[in-house]
Amino acid sequence: MNVEFLIQTLASIVSSSAPVVLASIGETISEKSGVINLSLDGSIALSAMTGFAVAYTTDSATLGVLAAMAVGALIALLIAFASITLRLEQVAVGFVLTMLGLELADFLGNPFVRQPGPSIPHWPIPLLSDIPFIGPVLFNHNILIYISLLSIVATWWWMYKTQPGIKLQGVGERPESAFARGVNVNRMRYVYTTLGGALVGLAGATYSLSIKLGWSHRHTAGIGWIALAIVIFGGWNPLRVAAGSYFFGLLKALGSILQRNPAFASVPTQIFSSAPFALMIFTLLLLSSKGVDRLLDMLPPRLARRIDRAIRGRAPGGLGRPFEQG
Amino acid sequence: MKVELIDIHKHFGSVRANDGVSMTIESGSIHGLLGENGAGKTTLMKCLTGYQTIDSGTIKVNGQPVAFASPAEAIRHGIGMLHQEPLDFPQMRVLDNFLLGFDTRLIPDRRAGQNRLQELGTRFRFELDPDAEVTSLTIGERQQLEILRLLALGAQVIILDEPTTGISAPQKAKLFATLRQLADDERRSVVFVSHKLEEVEQLCDRVTVLRHGRVTGEAEMPCPVSTLVELMFGRSLPPLECPTVEHGPPVLQVEGATIPSYRLTVADTRLEVRSGEVVGIAGLEGSGQRLFLRACAGLERITAGRIAIDGKALSHAPYRKFLDAGIAYLPANRMDEGLVTGLTLTEHFALANRTGPFFIDWQAARKEAAERIQHYNVIGRPESPVEALSGGNQQRVLLALLRQKLRLLLMEHPTRGLDVESSNWVWQQLLARREDGTAIVFISADLDELLEYADRIVVFYGGRMLAPVAACDTTVEGLGYMIAGKEPGAGAQQGGAHDEA
Repeated sequence: MNVEFLIQTLASIVSSSAPVVLASIGETISEKSGVINLSLDGSIALSAMTGFAVAYTTDSATLGVLAAMAVGALIALLIAFASITLRLEQVAVGFVLTMLGLELADFLGNPFVRQPGPSIPHWPIPLLSDIPFIGPVLFNHNILIYISLLSIVATWWWMYKTQPGIKLQGVGERPESAFARGVNVNRMRYVYTTLGGALVGLAGATYSLSIKLGWSHRHTAGIGWIALAIVIFGGWNPLRVAAGSYFFGLLKALGSILQRNPAFASVPTQIFSSAPFALMIFTLLLLSSKGVDRLLDMLPPRLARRIDRAIRGRAPGGLGRPFEQG
Repeated sequence: MKVELIDIHKHFGSVRANDGVSMTIESGSIHGLLGENGAGKTTLMKCLTGYQTIDSGTIKVNGQPVAFASPAEAIRHGIGMLHQEPLDFPQMRVLDNFLLGFDTRLIPDRRAGQNRLQELGTRFRFELDPDAEVTSLTIGERQQLEILRLLALGAQVIILDEPTTGISAPQKAKLFATLRQLADDERRSVVFVSHKLEEVEQLCDRVTVLRHGRVTGEAEMPCPVSTLVELMFGRSLPPLECPTVEHGPPVLQVEGATIPSYRLTVADTRLEVRSGEVVGIAGLEGSGQRLFLRACAGLERITAGRIAIDGKALSHAPYRKFLDAGIAYLPANRMDEGLVTGLTLTEHFALANRTGPFFIDWQAARKEAAERIQHYNVIGRPESPVEALSGGNQQRVLLALLRQKLRLLLMEHPTRGLDVESSNWVWQQLLARREDGTAIVFISADLDELLEYADRIVVFYGGRMLAPVAACDTTVEGLGYMIAGKEPGAGAQQGGAHDEA
């Protein structure tokens, strides 16, 4: 395998994983505050469609991106209202909105199917993109891909290094305690759920305006569900969630490389397109299995605890639980 | 700082939790708030600290009337509360717990926070690792963290709600020393909410007694216990009856059983419990006693040795077989393992009936529930959901759920969180079962309880099971030594009836 090919593959993983990264980071933010936005798959589909439709109609990719974010944020706001103010079951509301989002995207997107439209322009970052190897892998994309990279670092920094970030963790972990310390729990939940939703919307826009240009039937192909799973197995930690997203991207890339290999010509193509999903779930199951416990038992306890902390995480204590304030 | 509560009224539905309560908290003293379960102590303190709004009445701080809309506002005025279950963040680090709500800048100064934590910790001789996760702390350490946090926020009045529940004896001693230090050296006010007479006696300068939401009396300490008991219950407690029961044939035989777990492996446990005998288990939390008890119940797998009930080997049998053999297991965590949130009392009794018909005869079930509710003095109705009951009443429901005929009763903290009267009542019910030949094994953190009710006591220390001692041959002090892993006193050693099994 030559270096040129490796760079190309890695660069394509970075760009094609961007929607999953954005969606799972958005979901991480929202769940960290205690609200499950289960509507991811529907949100992504509807915002992808809206993003493309607006960009197509106005001939402005920027307006498309903004519209997609607005759609994601709006759905999240709906979930926040239903779960925080009305105290409805978050999972049920999210599921209904998933279905609604998918069906609406299909129905409203009909006039835009397979239309050529605008896309986000390619923009290598000056200087940075000239760095050997790293440059072409990370800094030779468009603005949306850069935002996906930035969202990982920024979310991690905000959550663990800033004071409002610690509050965010506290709100999701134990709202009663956060309230006792003067945090307005429900307002924080509204803010972070909506913000997370905007990132999910951005994931949709990245799909239709950058990765898989345009709009077609079932365009976003179930990535919402995989993003939800990645958040759980990533232990609600933005860095691990991002790692999970790129691992999924790697599996998909490997699939398409193998598919082009003549040795596998007789294997049906559906195998290659669906295998990453199965493999992803399998890996995640493996990481959380008892076997890992046994392996950890063999290590010195200090190291074992560190590794355990690094590969696993527990759900925020207040996840999915409405909080009655005052 | 002087705090006055004047004629406080607070009701929930038709229940009058506080019915015209007045009390004054002076600075530089420890003020006990005594009362049995459900007397309105916690409600009163929650009203003072802004968790609940009062219906009527006045709260004055240094003579100025105040009204706190939230706990954060109360702490800004220097009044902080340590809750029975500390209000912290289990999965976050100690330092982050400390900083949350304390440092309000965008980027908190962790170094300064850590220094502040360390400085306060040194002042009270608390050792808290700022990088440890709160889940890895004991309840006692979590309390210490909360106390330091409240002090860092400038609390002049610190309220502690039943702080000795679930903490070890050394931690309790440390807590009491800290509270004295706060009151005597730093002239802060401490309110100590408790239903435990001896603790109030030991610690407090002054006591207010609540009963059914009203103040029944105030007293300067020291004060005769009989007076306090009368204020708490309206009458003196009758001494507990101790029927003597001849111990029958062995019911439980544990021979060299090893119980592995992720954190701790308890090796080579040996115990024989005879019919009608009561065996108490002591030890610091997490010393292996719970694993052992659960293994006896068939809920933990053993890797060596054998467990037999009534001579029948059940070492690797499923829990069902243990139940068939006539055991019952009463877990400590009532709401997680004992009762089902959302089900009514009737549904609980129907569910406990293992061999009932496919269709439930609700009429009979309701009748049965009503009978047991009456027999066990549960304050609740057949159709009340179990989570609506108070802790003490939930414990009564658990007891009421036990089958009539039992060979072996295994319990964790059977009276934790109950007041004196309720626990006496509970023990009367339990001891009555000995007449039918039931053997009892129970874990308790309350050494007095162990000495009073157990025939023999087993101590667990760091995953090791020490040889049982006869309760009449040991003292609180002797047990304390064993629990702390030191050589037991001479008296306890002589009396230690070593198990032949």
